[in-house]
Amino acid sequence: MPSSLLWAVDVYGRVYTLSTAGQCWELCKDAHLEFKRLTSVQQCCWGIAGDHQVYLYVHSSDVPIRYQEETYENQRWNPVDRFCEKLLPSDRWQWSDVTGLKHQPLDSFRLPSEHWEWEADWYVDENIDGEPTEKGGWTYAIDFPATYTKDKKWNSCVRRRRWIRYRRYKSRDTWAKIPSQDDGPLPDPFSDISAGGWEITDEPRGRLSLWAVSLQGKMWYREGIHHHNPEGSMWTEVTTPGEVVQISCGPSDLVWAVLWEGQLLVREGISRENPKGSSWVVVDSPSTEVGAIHVAVGINVVWAVTKDRKVWFRRGINSHNPCGTGWIGMVGEMVMVNVGLNDQVWGISCEDRAVYIRQGVTCSELSGKTWRAITVARDDDRSRSGSANSLASGEVRVQSQSSVMNDAESSSETERSQAAQSTSPTHADAMKRRIPKVTSDSFISELVSDKERKPGRDGRDGPTPSIQEDGAPQEQASADQETSVELFPQSSGQQGARDPKWSNVDLEEAQPPLPAAASDTTETSSLSSVATYNLGIEEQYGVDEHPLWAWVSGGGCAVDSHTHLNWFSASTGVSSCVQSMSLSITPAQTAAWRKQIFEQLSERSKREMENFKHYEQAIEQYLHAFINEITVLVPVLNDTKHTFAIYTPERTKQRWPIRLTAATEQEMHDWLALLNLSCCDSRGIHGAPCKQAIWSTTCKGDIYVCEPAPNLEAVPYPLPCDQMFWRQIGGHLRLVESNSLGIVWGIGYDHTAWVYTGGYGGGFSQGLGSSTDNIHTQTDVKSIYIYENQRWNPVTGYSSRGLPTDRYMWSDVSGLQECTKASTKPPSPQWTWVSDWCIDYNTSGGTDREGWQYAADFPAKCKITTTGPWLEVPPIALWDLTILPCSSQSSVEEVSLWGISNKGDVLCRIGVTQQSPAGTSWLHVGTDQPFKSISIGGGYQVWAIARDGSTFYRGSVSAQNPAGDCWYHIPSPPRQKLKQVSVGRTSVYVVDENSNLWYRQGLTPSYPQGSSWEHISNNVRRVSVGPLDQVWIIADKVQGSHSLSCGTVCHRVGVQPMEPKGQSWDYGIGGGWEHITIRGNSQEAPRIVMPVPAENTLEKKGRVAEEGGEGGGRTASISSVLCIKEEELNGNAVSC
Amino acid sequence: MADDKDVLRDVWFGRIPTSFTLYQDEITEREADPYYLLLPRVSYLTLVTDKVKKHFQKVMKQEDMGEMWLEYEGTSLKWHYPIGLLFDLHASNTALPWNITVHFQNFPEKDLLHCTSNYVIEAHFMSCIKEADVLKHKGQVINEMQKKDHKQLWMGLQNDKFDQFWAINRKLMEYSVEEGGFRYIPFRIYQTTSDRPFIQKLFRPVTAEGQTHTLGDLLKEMFPAAVTSDDGEKKYQVVIHGIEPMLETPLQWLSEHLSYPDNFLHISVIPMPTD
Repeated sequence: MPSSLLWAVDVYGRVYTLSTAGQCWELCKDAHLEFKRLTSVQQCCWGIAGDHQVYLYVHSSDVPIRYQEETYENQRWNPVDRFCEKLLPSDRWQWSDVTGLKHQPLDSFRLPSEHWEWEADWYVDENIDGEPTEKGGWTYAIDFPATYTKDKKWNSCVRRRRWIRYRRYKSRDTWAKIPSQDDGPLPDPFSDISAGGWEITDEPRGRLSLWAVSLQGKMWYREGIHHHNPEGSMWTEVTTPGEVVQISCGPSDLVWAVLWEGQLLVREGISRENPKGSSWVVVDSPSTEVGAIHVAVGINVVWAVTKDRKVWFRRGINSHNPCGTGWIGMVGEMVMVNVGLNDQVWGISCEDRAVYIRQGVTCSELSGKTWRAITVARDDDRSRSGSANSLASGEVRVQSQSSVMNDAESSSETERSQAAQSTSPTHADAMKRRIPKVTSDSFISELVSDKERKPGRDGRDGPTPSIQEDGAPQEQASADQETSVELFPQSSGQQGARDPKWSNVDLEEAQPPLPAAASDTTETSSLSSVATYNLGIEEQYGVDEHPLWAWVSGGGCAVDSHTHLNWFSASTGVSSCVQSMSLSITPAQTAAWRKQIFEQLSERSKREMENFKHYEQAIEQYLHAFINEITVLVPVLNDTKHTFAIYTPERTKQRWPIRLTAATEQEMHDWLALLNLSCCDSRGIHGAPCKQAIWSTTCKGDIYVCEPAPNLEAVPYPLPCDQMFWRQIGGHLRLVESNSLGIVWGIGYDHTAWVYTGGYGGGFSQGLGSSTDNIHTQTDVKSIYIYENQRWNPVTGYSSRGLPTDRYMWSDVSGLQECTKASTKPPSPQWTWVSDWCIDYNTSGGTDREGWQYAADFPAKCKITTTGPWLEVPPIALWDLTILPCSSQSSVEEVSLWGISNKGDVLCRIGVTQQSPAGTSWLHVGTDQPFKSISIGGGYQVWAIARDGSTFYRGSVSAQNPAGDCWYHIPSPPRQKLKQVSVGRTSVYVVDENSNLWYRQGLTPSYPQGSSWEHISNNVRRVSVGPLDQVWIIADKVQGSHSLSCGTVCHRVGVQPMEPKGQSWDYGIGGGWEHITIRGNSQEAPRIVMPVPAENTLEKKGRVAEEGGEGGGRTASISSVLCIKEEELNGNAVSC
Repeated sequence: MADDKDVLRDVWFGRIPTSFTLYQDEITEREADPYYLLLPRVSYLTLVTDKVKKHFQKVMKQEDMGEMWLEYEGTSLKWHYPIGLLFDLHASNTALPWNITVHFQNFPEKDLLHCTSNYVIEAHFMSCIKEADVLKHKGQVINEMQKKDHKQLWMGLQNDKFDQFWAINRKLMEYSVEEGGFRYIPFRIYQTTSDRPFIQKLFRPVTAEGQTHTLGDLLKEMFPAAVTSDDGEKKYQVVIHGIEPMLETPLQWLSEHLSYPDNFLHISVIPMPTD
């Protein structure tokens, strides 16, 4: 990844950039301007300078920004002059645009601003439609307007040629003032600015949304910014419901602003067509007492700062809900925060004015874990030490660095510091006057204070020691060796008096890992003078060259949680020590002892291993899995090898199962049968699955069943999904549906309907499987040692070390993708026919959404013959089906079962009972159009989806009126075609064709159609809502520690009667899964009385977790707290 | 910057290149070539030298083969010490590979324990872990674990599975934030110059006042000579896993990151090399 820049302004208005590849803040070229605000994007940075004008800094690149101007010269033929400029009165201008409507002679073209230059003079374009013309570039036609050709013909009466001239944007790598507007309302001086919106649309390239706020609280939008027009064309006023003080625009469609009164505004209606949006929604400040003063938005996040400097994170933000749902208080107090690329967060601490980066911000944990200070120095620190503008401290810093090398030098250092002392007092005074109060509560007061300080600023180059604004004792200032040490306490002292300190928790946490700084000899000499003057602990933060920042912008800084940055190491001894003391930013990480252990260990490895790599390893590497840890065995067949996958909870988390290959199919089946038996025995699972069982199918058509544990739906700690044990049931089905009365139906790939007979086994486990009861129980814990077969199993999957983890092939990710080929494999002779069982015919294809199995080189059809406990329900072929969910004690006589035929007809099955699960006949339910998905929920609510993606609710369905009376059309979510519906006790969920999961809001007994759709998640393939309203899905793109999987079973956790949407996903078996039904499980979890954590206690836990996160999550209590926190913020986790 | 987890990996994957030579007085049918192996520092000699035994079996008569034992420059190597400790203690500052002499006769009964099977090593290993947990958590963590977790610790070591081992060992390294560390640090200080096998006493990771104890603090109390000497000259090296951590290193951190799989910090104090 190429390096990119973080931009920041210090309290003096100087602009610095920090490269992701660099280790120091570099003073921005063109440093004569002082800035107040910046907003950076990857290609440029916008800013408001001290004169309240807007400036643009465009990074230079190899490709110039050039714009082609064009105009047409038009001529008409007459017998006298031949072709000439004499045109008919009805003709166009002699010089015009391409349409001929606009008069544009060559000299009418002006450069749009002083930042452009002409590349060359006008010239004639001697091409037409890619072909060269005659010299002179004329193209001919019968008349205007017409089709022009390059050849002159007998009837060519008119001709024209195109003149072109390029202009080039020249003000790159420099601040270019955006010219003030000549016409229209002239914006008053600007006070804030924010750029974003580049992800709204790709065309035109480089398009940006630039929002600005003026001193009077008006809002402005810059029109027409794109690659060829980096400055944009004009300001347009955007009306707001109040006076705005600050605005933030994210890369995509989020725009938030802060009102003078402390509320926030959210822009709605931003889209490709309308990047300015359409309306405002007001959101209250996070705190009822204290208004917001600052907001920062990214793609999916909103952060805010209130006037008391507290930092807040807005949860529930997504593209369907730009307002979010609630505020979460975060640790730390910031002057401002900024959200950059990848939703990474930057801030300037209230306490030490350092720039902080939020660590641990990932797509699944957008709020991150902890603040970490950027501790690099500035490039101009050294150069300024001797000049008139010197802060008189660069010298000291350099010396203290030298003391790192050699403690004996500390005496000479003192002398040299004293030598530097003679100049220092005056600088100290000069500096005092120049520290602007950017921390003030609003931008207006900042301006006021700036004005008050103007004289001081102007006098920068000629300090007048007599001016003393803050009344610091003069003699102390001049006596202090390190002037700025004395200085900063003054400013931070003011700060401390007004603002609350960092939370105590933070400070306490900071201490234990810090061994009283005994190892850090670095700062002792330079800080000793502080102690002499009795200035107190807090004042150490202000050590000389620690820069004070006022503004930071990460909009162009491409980092994410994995980026390696050299911004935190102790490149300058003093400043790093200061950092480690001032905040709980892992002092241990910067400690010398730690560094030494790292270095020595790597030296040791080199010394002891480098020259001996050819030696044999003493321990052979092989795989193992404990029988009682295996959660599922999945055959992964293809044409050439006989492979099956073994999952354990750990392997499920990794999304990287153990795959074993047998020599023959028979051998594989023998292994599978044996292992399946052993696994079932070790878990005490025998016989037929219970009525509450959860059924699922893989993309290969294999059928799995899981006995639900009582705590499967427990709140708040359900059984982790990856610990569920699945066993295979013979047969071959595309989908299975069930209810808690033990009625189970399935549909094959050829759309044949099947009903479950109550048996078990079959398929691979013939022989062993047909006599399961007679197999003796084996020991509880057993290890299987199987040597890794490198031919099939890439060694990278199993090696624990040293091999890159980023090389896994996508073709392997699901662990089951190979098996999609299996359906095209001819039937195996090993899959024997058993007359008791029935056959399923399978056609190839249709299982994999990636579509590759449709490739022409696969045979069109083939048939697989297997066995399983299923009976065919002739004659109608089915597309979808649903069974009424009910409680296990339900006394329902006849169970509602609806289906959709292969042709799209809606059908209702008559006569389905526990005793006769197959029912007797179908009842046709009339529709206007073909349907594709149907679901019946508690209370006989029937929802269905038509093939065109529209949704319908069936009215008046009841036990007495099983087919209902009419369909009600339900509007789909905007711009989405729906694909599948599932209705639980009361919840209704749908999946659309873009894999979004939606929840139906506002369902009431009197209005069962509900009111609106709420987006829950993306990357969802299929949903199943159960009789307890529990929500299970098949998700795609689930990230494991080793790989990414598609077709993963996921469980919505945190679903409760008052919170039917739940909180987050728990990931289970997969990939390669295609279908799950939870609708048989009506077992309520045993009730545990758990106090529901209130918002503030959660936040407290969050704080503990943040600190714990830095300590490596050492204690059990902390790690469990972390989980809570993650869940809370993990609403959209499937998307990562 | 590197992560603390990387320390765990570096410690786990430490390897000592070793050449095994048959003792010259062993009776062989033909001359035996030396055998070369990379020994895991954290493992035990008898656990990883099956290949060595098989190699020399080829040249010896069955009746001449007693229990194999190993020796380095006259010192019988105790299999129940981790390999890394044996190397640091006896062979630091020597040229690599480590030249170990292999014996099949005259088992030194007074120096070495017999090791008849891997079960013996497992029992020893697990008892060390239990002892360490008694020191750290009054044994509560190890006792609350299931048998299979114990097995996983052992299997992790035996099969050189870092992730498998640490998935469980992680729990043994937990402590409450309020206490600021373990109850006591499980450590053993070894020296070649003493008859005592090792020093092991109760030592807390933090003082009563809440100050962090460092490696230096520990040595000052247990082995002052290792830290200071009369003439100010450094006389000893304090070695753990082949490195010399700074004396300022917090003991708790060391215990969490530089302990051997048996959960003990095995610290070798060896005389400074004279050259």
